[in-house]
Amino acid sequence: MARDSQAALVALNRFGFGARGGASGDLINASSDPRGFVKAELARASGVLLEAPGLQSTQQLGQAVFAYQDQVKQAREAAKAAAPADMPAPTEQKPALRRNLSLNAAATEVAGQMAETKPADSPAKAETMQQGSTPPSAKPAPQPLNVIQKTFRAEALARLQRATLAECGFTERLVVFWSNHFCISASKGELARIWAGAFEREAIRPHVLGRFADMLRAVEQHPAMLFFLDNQQSLGPDSRAGQNRKRGLNENLAREIMELHTLGVGGGYTQDDVTSLARIITGWTFAGRQGQLGPPGSFVFNANAHQPGPQMLLGKTYEPAGLAQGEAALADIARHPSTANFIATKFVGHFVADDPPPALVARLRDVFVRTDGDLKALATTLVDSDEAWKAPLTKMRSPYDFLVASGRLLARVPEDPGAYLNSLNLLGQPLWSPAGPNGFPDTSAAWAAPEGIKLRLDIAAQLGARLGNNIDPLDLLEFAAADAASIETRRTVERAESRQQALALLLMSPEMQRR
Amino acid sequence: MIDCVENRLLTSRRGLLLGGASFAAWAYLPKFARAADGRDPRLIVVILRGALDGLSTVAPIGDPDYAGLHGSIALAADGAHPAIPLDSFFALHPAMPEFSRMYRDKHAAVIHAVSTPYRDRSHFDGQDVLESGYAGPGRVQSGWLNRALDALPRGERVSSGLAVGPTTPLVLRGNAPTVGWAPVALPQADDDTAMRLVDLYRHRDPALATALSQGLQLDKAASGDDMKRKPGNAVAQMRQVARGAAKLMAADDGPRIAALAFDGWDTHANEGGPVGRLAFLLGGLDGALAEFEGGLGERWRDSVVVVATEFGRTARINGTDGTDHGTGTIALLAGGAVRGGRVIADWPGLKLANLHEGRDLKPTTDLRSVIKGVLQGQFGLSDRVLAETVFPDSASAKPMQGLVAS
Repeated sequence: MARDSQAALVALNRFGFGARGGASGDLINASSDPRGFVKAELARASGVLLEAPGLQSTQQLGQAVFAYQDQVKQAREAAKAAAPADMPAPTEQKPALRRNLSLNAAATEVAGQMAETKPADSPAKAETMQQGSTPPSAKPAPQPLNVIQKTFRAEALARLQRATLAECGFTERLVVFWSNHFCISASKGELARIWAGAFEREAIRPHVLGRFADMLRAVEQHPAMLFFLDNQQSLGPDSRAGQNRKRGLNENLAREIMELHTLGVGGGYTQDDVTSLARIITGWTFAGRQGQLGPPGSFVFNANAHQPGPQMLLGKTYEPAGLAQGEAALADIARHPSTANFIATKFVGHFVADDPPPALVARLRDVFVRTDGDLKALATTLVDSDEAWKAPLTKMRSPYDFLVASGRLLARVPEDPGAYLNSLNLLGQPLWSPAGPNGFPDTSAAWAAPEGIKLRLDIAAQLGARLGNNIDPLDLLEFAAADAASIETRRTVERAESRQQALALLLMSPEMQRR
Repeated sequence: MIDCVENRLLTSRRGLLLGGASFAAWAYLPKFARAADGRDPRLIVVILRGALDGLSTVAPIGDPDYAGLHGSIALAADGAHPAIPLDSFFALHPAMPEFSRMYRDKHAAVIHAVSTPYRDRSHFDGQDVLESGYAGPGRVQSGWLNRALDALPRGERVSSGLAVGPTTPLVLRGNAPTVGWAPVALPQADDDTAMRLVDLYRHRDPALATALSQGLQLDKAASGDDMKRKPGNAVAQMRQVARGAAKLMAADDGPRIAALAFDGWDTHANEGGPVGRLAFLLGGLDGALAEFEGGLGERWRDSVVVVATEFGRTARINGTDGTDHGTGTIALLAGGAVRGGRVIADWPGLKLANLHEGRDLKPTTDLRSVIKGVLQGQFGLSDRVLAETVFPDSASAKPMQGLVAS
């Protein structure tokens, strides 16, 4: 049979999240028609959306935060009124207690929890898997989570489960790419944290196989982005609210729209354009807890805060039209040649190589222009290209890729996101929480740094210690790479001194680390 | 913040440090050209990422236009939290008493209205220029501090076991091998497993072999330190990193040259004046400087700490009591080797006509001149090496004289 394991590895690792273990047969399926295997997911457009029981809309979540904040405030005031000054408020007692936990002991749980996930193929094994875990009685009773923490974990879990169960994972990789391109950071505050998952579900996912302009508008009008980049505070200096409150512009979002989301640095805009766009999108905000402008937590256009008058942006005049003024501006920016170039370069840089092949970038740029930013066409062109299949697998998996790929190979569907979230924190990629609006880095240099690799090994060793006993590492190597595995990797796994060690080495092998 | 507690609980300090700060140092003990005079100089570069508001840190309260431009967040000589006068014109943010003390003792200096040659307002490009030392942004993979190290005669390898941090700042990246430090929290893979993996990488993936080998040189130097984890705020993190770095650098075989980066200075909204968000961060920076001083002990005498940022912020506050991306800002020097007690500034004034593009403090001093002056004073690097290798094509930015006591 004309099976090409190397091409299957490209299909699964470059485009997807790696082969699943168990009875999935991913590698075999991918090897008979690698391109078809990748593209099959694109045909299932509904597979991009993520709905799970309990996941709520941005508006509902915003209201939940407002209610929670009111509750905390009331509790604090009640405690202050009722208790003498030397008695701590009850709400503050438990976090303090938990802070005293040994972090070393806690870190041991990182891999432990991951090991305690449910095996996808054989529920019967679940009991024996528990052997290595810490007895629950040794830990203090967990602090009940507040609504923000609960939501963040539920959103994280839904995303992790989707990625673990996906056939190839190309669609989910696209989601992760776009979500990082248009990132917000949960560390901005309580609203950002509770909205992080909903932002991705509502503004990113519906458009991952749709149009760039639609994604752009959805993102820039999403309360999470408006909050993250301060636009809800920006007032037109000559607007009624600006005049009354003696406050004015904040150009943070306007700048990042052009620098990071569309045109890119050097994309042909000036400081005046930044200021103009900032004026144009004044009034783009979300309704607060009082709900004066609309249902609390929903996007609203506040005409009172909107800078009146025409604005000149990138050489074109935008007549006053309220919300439509900004929508027209965004639509034009989405169509700008610099945007096509910026997106094509970043897209190829993510999937193919840190130094993206110029011919491939040019082709994707042309497709972007010709199709008016059809992102499905962009993805399809990438998969159809020769370059994407010929380029060696040199990109380093990000921590998220690595953890998801490991979970898939081990055929364990997470039931609790804790282990993943903690590991991502340790490895420098805290979920939905990049340090700045430019998102997490996307180069091998960033993720193949010494400390990062050493930490991955520590996590792999913990996983090996907890799971190795019940797993045949050579079977896993077959699932992961079959005869595309190097002779050295095979030998290293075969000659390991224990199954535990073999599993750690397999997870750390170049076949599992590079994509 | 309550919602962060959960995430931080199970995070090692390493994870925390990666988020907000990082530290890396040169792997070798340089043989300084001027070792003959008995000095054993140390240099620490602190990068403030996000663009520090220089006008709020060292305020030109003597400038008649300052109070109007900086509006609600302007510092003043009076009030509940008065700024600390540095001379008849400039005053220091009240959150920085340690720096003020060093300044009084003539071991700290301010350079004002300074900037890199970068004139646009992108953080990422601005940091690129600040750290790469090139005149413009680009895909450069080495920093000026690393190239300065490369120009020094390399001495013996620093033996205290160190692991390279995953976020070595660009300023210290390049040919000259560097090490980093971050405490260990996770149970570690055993040596045998690690050695087998190094062996596999050697055959199949040399780049990962190098990375892992370096990563395995564990942080013995930091073991036994007093840095029990304390998941805290950005201020605590800054102090912690500084304390650990100072401890390592104080050792006889410790690194002499190091770089750190602190994040979070992008104060677009509600920046705060004498108290508030920026005040909080400046308190952390001030604490970090005190940790350097305390931790370096005897070595502080020959040390210089350079604090720099990618650009400044608008002279006029924006509509949300913050400041947007600007141009001119400050650089700070601290250390026993600094000829301090001075604010060095060719003050351009804050009249509208004097502002850069009508909005930013106009830079009148090239930051490269300041750094060159420090590198020359500490390590004796020549004008030519500084103008061609360390900061390519920078002959016009002459090293500033007299920054370092000799």
